[in-house]
Amino acid sequence: MDTFLTILQGVPMTIGLTVAALAIGAVGGIPLALGRRSNIPGIRFVAVSLIEVLRGIPPIVWLFIIYFGLGTALPMLDPLTSAIIGLGLISCAYMAEIYRGGLSAITRGQWEAGEALGMGRQSVLTFIIGPQVFRVSVPAAASYAIGLIKDSSVAYTIGVSEIVYFANDQSRQSSDALGPFFLAALVYVIMTIPCAWVTRALDARLRKRVAR
Amino acid sequence: MNILNDWPSYLPGLLGGLGVSVQVALLSLLIGVPGGLLLAIGAGSKKKFVRILIIGIVEIGRGTPALVVLQIFYFGLPASGMTLTSTAASVVALATTTAAYTSEILRGGLQAVPQGEVEAAGALGMNRRDTLRFIVIPQGFRVAIPSLIGFAILIFQATSLAYTVALPELLSQAYSIGSSTFNYLSVLVLAGLMYAAITIPASWLTSRAEKRLARHL
Repeated sequence: MDTFLTILQGVPMTIGLTVAALAIGAVGGIPLALGRRSNIPGIRFVAVSLIEVLRGIPPIVWLFIIYFGLGTALPMLDPLTSAIIGLGLISCAYMAEIYRGGLSAITRGQWEAGEALGMGRQSVLTFIIGPQVFRVSVPAAASYAIGLIKDSSVAYTIGVSEIVYFANDQSRQSSDALGPFFLAALVYVIMTIPCAWVTRALDARLRKRVAR
Repeated sequence: MNILNDWPSYLPGLLGGLGVSVQVALLSLLIGVPGGLLLAIGAGSKKKFVRILIIGIVEIGRGTPALVVLQIFYFGLPASGMTLTSTAASVVALATTTAAYTSEILRGGLQAVPQGEVEAAGALGMNRRDTLRFIVIPQGFRVAIPSLIGFAILIFQATSLAYTVALPELLSQAYSIGSSTFNYLSVLVLAGLMYAAITIPASWLTSRAEKRLARHL
């Protein structure tokens, strides 16, 4: 029981890290998604390259590059900051792809109707397309968030005290090396399964509010 | 760009690590995908008990981070009297994760095979096993191929987690070069580019496979 309680101490850190990274991704994904659809080939190329490189390198390698690589020159990069920056950057790329899928789900008629009302491209995007893209992106973003809860476990390797960090600690201290990891697995399963349920319910509600 | 100066001297060590990463990824897929197929078939079983058991296994397998599965096999198992080498632990852990994830991918593929084909096979007098083997699995696999390649890329990336169990894969090699030269940034960036050099072309391949297969369905 004590072991379980100790491992639970890592939960706020895991959730905080996930939420922070997701928030960075939700905002940073917007310019990347728009850049991918830009009419200017140069911008498109930069956006596509950024997305591919961010997604193509494993998360743990990003954390190492930021913490061990840049950290030697930039002392403000403590483990937690490095992990938030690293996972946040990766989220930007994944969220950009999710928004792209959302954008293509919005019918052309919505753009045309906006223009017919005399709205500029900018305001059609902000007031008509944007809100709908957010709604159709919710299910994909939520399953990404569930993946991110698990991916955040890599932050343990640079010393962030989240769930796996405490599990490892307990495994080393006690005679029972196996138990703490099973408890950690249990905590992750308990965290991710309700997320999946909530997502499904939310998805059904939000879908009703998107024009077809 | 003095960061590039040392790259030629890092390359041999890193290439050796990359070889280990690729081997572990391939072995994990080789064991994990058939496991996933078994789970996918089991999830369609007529017996409710079997279905619930398999869905439970899959949900736990997918809900647990690969890093934790790896720690269980490498650090946890010795406590119960079974010691695995870091290679064996990595392969078993990643194969377990592969089986859980690919079972969902393959289940989707198997379900995409039209019911009429199963009925037609039945009408021709084929039994359930032959129908699965000759009709459902080959077509279901084909549908699942793009997602399976996408997952294979993720598993290749996940081999970097084996750094935590001291497997001499690409990231471990990069880190150990970094700690002996104190030039972490340079060697880690090179390692990152090596991962990208495999994953980015592979993901293009996935989207091409998707487009080509979409034409036939």
